[in-house]
Amino acid sequence: MSEPTAEATTSDLAEDLAAVAPEPDATVTHDPDVADAMIRLDEVSKTYAGTAEPAVAALTLDVPRGEILVLVGPSGCGKSTTLRLINRMIEPTGGRILFDGRDVTRVNPDELRRHIGYVIQQIGLFPHRTIADNVATVPKMLGWDRSRIRARVDELLDTVGLDPSIYRNRYPKELSGGQAQRVGVARALGADPPVLLMDEPFGAIDPITRDRLQNEFLRLQADMQKTIVFVTHDIDEAIKMGDRIAILRDGSAIAQVDTPQRILALPIDDFVQDFIGSGAALKGLNFERVRDLTLGDFPHVRHDAGHAKAIQILDGSRQQWMVVLDAHERPLRWVNRTDIDRSDRRLTEVGQAVRVTVEPNATLHDTLEAMLNSSVGAAIVTDARGRYQGVVEIEVLTEAISRMRTEARAHYASLGLSTADAPGLAPYAPPALDGTS
Amino acid sequence: MTNTTTIAPDPAVTEDVAPDSAAATSAVTTGGGSRGIVALLVTPVVLAVLSLVLYLYVGGAEKDSAERSALDWGSKLYPQMQTHVGLTLWSTVIVLALAVPMGILLTRPMFRKGAPQVGRRELPRPIGGAFQYLSPSMLAVANVGQALPAYGLFILFLAWRGQGFATAVTALVVFALLPVLRNTMVGLEQVDPAVIEAGRGMGMSKFRVLLSIELPLAVPVILAGVRTALVINVGMASLAFLIGGGGLGITINSGLKLSRDLITVTGAGMVAILALSVDWVAAVVERVLRPKGL
Repeated sequence: MSEPTAEATTSDLAEDLAAVAPEPDATVTHDPDVADAMIRLDEVSKTYAGTAEPAVAALTLDVPRGEILVLVGPSGCGKSTTLRLINRMIEPTGGRILFDGRDVTRVNPDELRRHIGYVIQQIGLFPHRTIADNVATVPKMLGWDRSRIRARVDELLDTVGLDPSIYRNRYPKELSGGQAQRVGVARALGADPPVLLMDEPFGAIDPITRDRLQNEFLRLQADMQKTIVFVTHDIDEAIKMGDRIAILRDGSAIAQVDTPQRILALPIDDFVQDFIGSGAALKGLNFERVRDLTLGDFPHVRHDAGHAKAIQILDGSRQQWMVVLDAHERPLRWVNRTDIDRSDRRLTEVGQAVRVTVEPNATLHDTLEAMLNSSVGAAIVTDARGRYQGVVEIEVLTEAISRMRTEARAHYASLGLSTADAPGLAPYAPPALDGTS
Repeated sequence: MTNTTTIAPDPAVTEDVAPDSAAATSAVTTGGGSRGIVALLVTPVVLAVLSLVLYLYVGGAEKDSAERSALDWGSKLYPQMQTHVGLTLWSTVIVLALAVPMGILLTRPMFRKGAPQVGRRELPRPIGGAFQYLSPSMLAVANVGQALPAYGLFILFLAWRGQGFATAVTALVVFALLPVLRNTMVGLEQVDPAVIEAGRGMGMSKFRVLLSIELPLAVPVILAGVRTALVINVGMASLAFLIGGGGLGITINSGLKLSRDLITVTGAGMVAILALSVDWVAAVVERVLRPKGL
């Protein structure tokens, strides 16, 4: 480490770990799929003395560089334990932990942790130290010189959205929960570790602030590209934050690990299905965008084309409705056959006004929303300048959902995994009306 | 703390402005904010006035030869006061040297059975056997020290160690051990486990966490114990004369034996002023050593 840079340079870690870790183990077998695994857990297990059942049993997991992997599962499934095994806050009783290909299972855990950011739900700021001192904790331990530390602290406070000139010399008790966790994140990033472990970091923060912190953190991550393991019990947070999600059952056994899309499209068994809860298909629509759909032909007509032409086009299709466009090809009205038959009025005056349109980069979730708001039950797609591109009908959405499932199935088949146990898409179950859901 | 001026929060982060009550709570937890400062500044004046009153009263009173001899500053009162202060300081220093390390040791996980585990996930397991009972039993011993009547304690130590200053200091140490030990343990245990977890998680060694996090955060509670011990010891040292330990107790005793109120009042008054002064010094130290931000 020489210059204070915001970018994680992986050679930094390699250098740092070289000081504490032995040479890479030649016997490490590199799965081609995860050749670039930043964190690799190899059959890691933890059995507490005096207990027969392991708390974590032979867990194998790879986290590729720059990915957010979310560990999610019901209370007591061992997800926090798993996280704490990675930085050896809990010493594993079996297996190996590899960082960047180096076995760190037996290096000095204190030295190791200085190169791994750690954020916990209770935050744990040092109340007797200023915000700046808190953020400087790891750089100080690593022996950075003072001016470098000061610059780094200011940079980090800026990054997490706290004005250094205001907050530098404050004490933690003067901060609200949201601000404190911003400092918590800044402190974890102190020495620019390539790896970040986060244990329900936003769990104790009110929903509105949590949502904001999540969004800011995702923006931050887009720049810094850390390798992150993130623990939560909230499936919605997992879907939002995760590049991949590992759903854990008791004993930290992995029930399913995959992208949010695939997990939502194809929960591998009843446990995952139950855990995701109802509305998986609906949540899955968040990951598909209109531009990925093939829009079929839909009857449309220029407003000045005349009634006869309109009738001809509508009759030539199997649709009830058609779209009337203005001179710039912007959608104006929805009209049906009865509307057109009123030949005394212009096409721009009959039928229903188009109120909502969607753009190609809208998610299918937004599109569904637009459909529900349209009296016709379909959503018009326009380009950035508002020009008509096509129409999304409800069948297109159901097709998209089933296509996601098919793709997920094909993916699992290519991995040689059986999806025979996968439950079908849950039949629609109306939510309970007691307000608990 | 005086630096509680609220600075307007950055508009970018107005979502959760720090509660203004932070200033209010700090006033409570720091033991009195500006009021505390006033008390600290006024106390020495009050003590000076008290000393002056006592001096004028004793100096102005008519004295017989017994009184003159007992109240002689150079040969009686001053050396006795020196011994008194010596007894207090030595016993307190020794108590500190014993109780703080003991308190640290006894709060380490391996000595704790049924230690509060709330939030502190996965501590090393207690090493079991007799050790885990050490912590409660040490507290019990220290409790006995304080529960015994002071008079009895002095006599016990007289029988064991013989007369003298050292015996008196030993007895005072046993007597004052409890508040410091207990406060050290309580002070260390009330440190938020999340703070320790965060420190360890960032790569601080256990020793470093103890030194730079646990102890500083326990300082206010430990110092409160030390202050209690000091005041107890100033009072208790008045009995040290019983076993030849010297101190202002000699003067008080002479007054009682000779039925000379003037002598008794002088001795008792000086002990009282000494106790208040020691308490004041301890309060100042507490204020200076208390970490900011608590």
